[in-house]
Amino acid sequence: MIYREAGDFKTGYREDGQTFPIKLDRWAYYGVLAVAFGIIPFVINDYWASAVLVPFLIYAIAAMGLNILTGYAGQVSLGTGGFMAVGAYAVYKLMTAFPDVNIVIHILLAGFVTAFVGMLFGLPSLRIKGFYLAVATLAAQFFLVWLFNKVPWFYNYSASGQITAPERTFLGEAVTGPASSAPAKYLICLGFAFVLAWLARNLTRGMLGRKWMAIRDMDIAAEIIGVNPLGAKLSAFAISSFFIGVAGALLFAVYLGAAEVGEAFGINKSFLVLFMIIIGGLGSIFGSFAGAAFLVLLPVLLKNLLVGSLGWPTDLAAHLELMIVGALIVFFLIVEPHGLARLWALAKDKLRLWPFPH
Amino acid sequence: MTLKFTALVAAGLMAAAPAMADLVVPNLSYRTGPYAANGIPYADGFNDYFTLLNERDGGIGGERIQVPECETAYNTEKGVECYESLKGQNPLVMNPLSTGITYQLIPKVGFDGIPLYTPGYGRTSAKNGKVFEWVFNAPANYWDGASVAVKHILDQEGGDLNGKKIALVYHNSAYGKEPIRTLQELSEKHGFELLELPVDAPGQEQKSQWLQIRRDKPDYVIMYAWGVMNQVAIQEAVNIRFPMDHMIGIWWSGSENDVKPAGAGADGYKALTFHGVGQDYPLYDDMKTHVLDAGKASGAGDQVGTVLYSRGAYAALVIAEAIRKGQEVAGTSQISAAQLRDGFEALDITAERMDELGLPDFGQPVKLSCENHGGDGLARLQQWSASEEKWTLITDFIEPDEEVLAPLIAEDSAAYAAEAGVTERCN
Repeated sequence: MIYREAGDFKTGYREDGQTFPIKLDRWAYYGVLAVAFGIIPFVINDYWASAVLVPFLIYAIAAMGLNILTGYAGQVSLGTGGFMAVGAYAVYKLMTAFPDVNIVIHILLAGFVTAFVGMLFGLPSLRIKGFYLAVATLAAQFFLVWLFNKVPWFYNYSASGQITAPERTFLGEAVTGPASSAPAKYLICLGFAFVLAWLARNLTRGMLGRKWMAIRDMDIAAEIIGVNPLGAKLSAFAISSFFIGVAGALLFAVYLGAAEVGEAFGINKSFLVLFMIIIGGLGSIFGSFAGAAFLVLLPVLLKNLLVGSLGWPTDLAAHLELMIVGALIVFFLIVEPHGLARLWALAKDKLRLWPFPH
Repeated sequence: MTLKFTALVAAGLMAAAPAMADLVVPNLSYRTGPYAANGIPYADGFNDYFTLLNERDGGIGGERIQVPECETAYNTEKGVECYESLKGQNPLVMNPLSTGITYQLIPKVGFDGIPLYTPGYGRTSAKNGKVFEWVFNAPANYWDGASVAVKHILDQEGGDLNGKKIALVYHNSAYGKEPIRTLQELSEKHGFELLELPVDAPGQEQKSQWLQIRRDKPDYVIMYAWGVMNQVAIQEAVNIRFPMDHMIGIWWSGSENDVKPAGAGADGYKALTFHGVGQDYPLYDDMKTHVLDAGKASGAGDQVGTVLYSRGAYAALVIAEAIRKGQEVAGTSQISAAQLRDGFEALDITAERMDELGLPDFGQPVKLSCENHGGDGLARLQQWSASEEKWTLITDFIEPDEEVLAPLIAEDSAAYAAEAGVTERCN
């Protein structure tokens, strides 16, 4: 009933191979885009932007990045926080060194810098796999945080080691700094999230994505059928780090405004993004968004519900929030180890047949 | 069904609706995480002082004070969330008790026009009101603390520090890094050698730093620690048998919770403070009658009279006095955030006023102005007695070395003004 597929014929391979082959899905997708771009910017306020939507979009970009590396290419990484820090410090250095250049260019450049750094730390992946690679990326995490703490050049020799984003504009609207408005912050993050999600989706279903998945499923077999592991693994590291770098740059410049590497980009951030893709679904773009939504929105929701609506003490609510989020993670992993994306796919399969399953 | 759920989620994501017509002074606290041991007493003291004013005097100038609490867990992202959600309730002032969150809020409060009160923490150069219009860090700041600690060491050593070695053990964050510049200047001036030993957050792991101290044998250790790092550092110092009376903590490293775990070994440990200790003040009688015995105490009510509880109450006191001043200046009791800023800039808490408030000789006189947002920066030293389980004040208020600090503050605030495009005011 919900899905009406009668009469939805495909007459070419192109149509059959599109991202949303079902007409209703396509409409839903256009509908979401229309709401996200056409309606939300007009109704959004500071609270919704700063506490809910901006962090959600930024973490979705980071989760997509990690999903490319871990979900599609099968290379476990615990260095996400460190790579986000690279993006943040790169954009900070660029913003302060070249104040006249457009911020969007800076954010993209920060992504490229991170891609390069990610590739460097991806080199060991050619020799080591699985847990050993996780440990190598963990080393990257600690090394990068240490580096940004230790070398004052990265934070422009400020007395406290903090980096603060100066005001930069895009099309005349401030998107960083204190004067940036809620719609501007939201739209810049949405723009990046939209373009990068489109890119990720099309990369992963093209030749590159198939190479990544071949490496993930069995690297020796992939090599025998002609996939070059050097190119596949390093491209996964580079593109994944590009996404993560852009996310780090946005997190610092648009969302936080000021950051300190140990606190904002510590090991906790790596775990947070890893949990997002595990809960959302490995190897799924939708899963990256779902996982980010789950881990960003749920704590805020619980907090407002327990403290705001029920009037509980803040410490009790904070402890309960940890317990509930933790319990939900375990619950989801037991009920559906492939994450929210798989859950959604199953639901969709049922809905397509409903109410006549046979 | 879906619509109902969406509506519920949307309602849940919205911040709670504010109650109107009260003065709102939010408490950005942290009662969870590695810094909770220090965050809880401070938050309790802050809440209880305003409860006392509401219960005993019916608020300030007839206006009740509302203190909504928001849990930040000392985390900057949660700090942003709290700030944005509280912003909708027309808060008069923010007091986040976190240097990291303070750095983040400084540009935002300037734009939103909400005063930020950071007693004893935050950005030191915010003392310069010409640049930092909305930030106040009276009565003392990190650089004052560093200078007073060195002055005390000078006293101990008979005025000569040539060839001495002082180690700075610090939380490797904005907070811990703040005093480095000052201590470097002071080491040049007094001829001592400075040893910088960073400890990564949260600070449970500091064996290597203390091994280094054992090897290099500094004459004194100055410590800028917070949360669990305090307890671990003091325990480690005891383990290497570092003479405790040669170890001086900043005021954030000198609460009961920090020294008690080390037991008898912590005896003689010194810490700075910018207010009195203990419950031996008339204010606590009122506190007992109106708040504690009435069952209105914040939290578990077991922190009353501890160092950080007193500090929370002191922060609330300064804010309350600024509100009173703001009401006087504005001629209305229902003041706005901007009028509170005027109140802060006209603030003058004399010794007599402290007597009236029931806290004689508790804090230094605080007189602020448009240029001076930081007060005089005096601090005194307290020492821990493990057998009695209490802190004792061992010095009177000591003045910091303004000769060294003033140029540093001018330099740092000028750098901020250039970076953020602020033009100087008060001219």
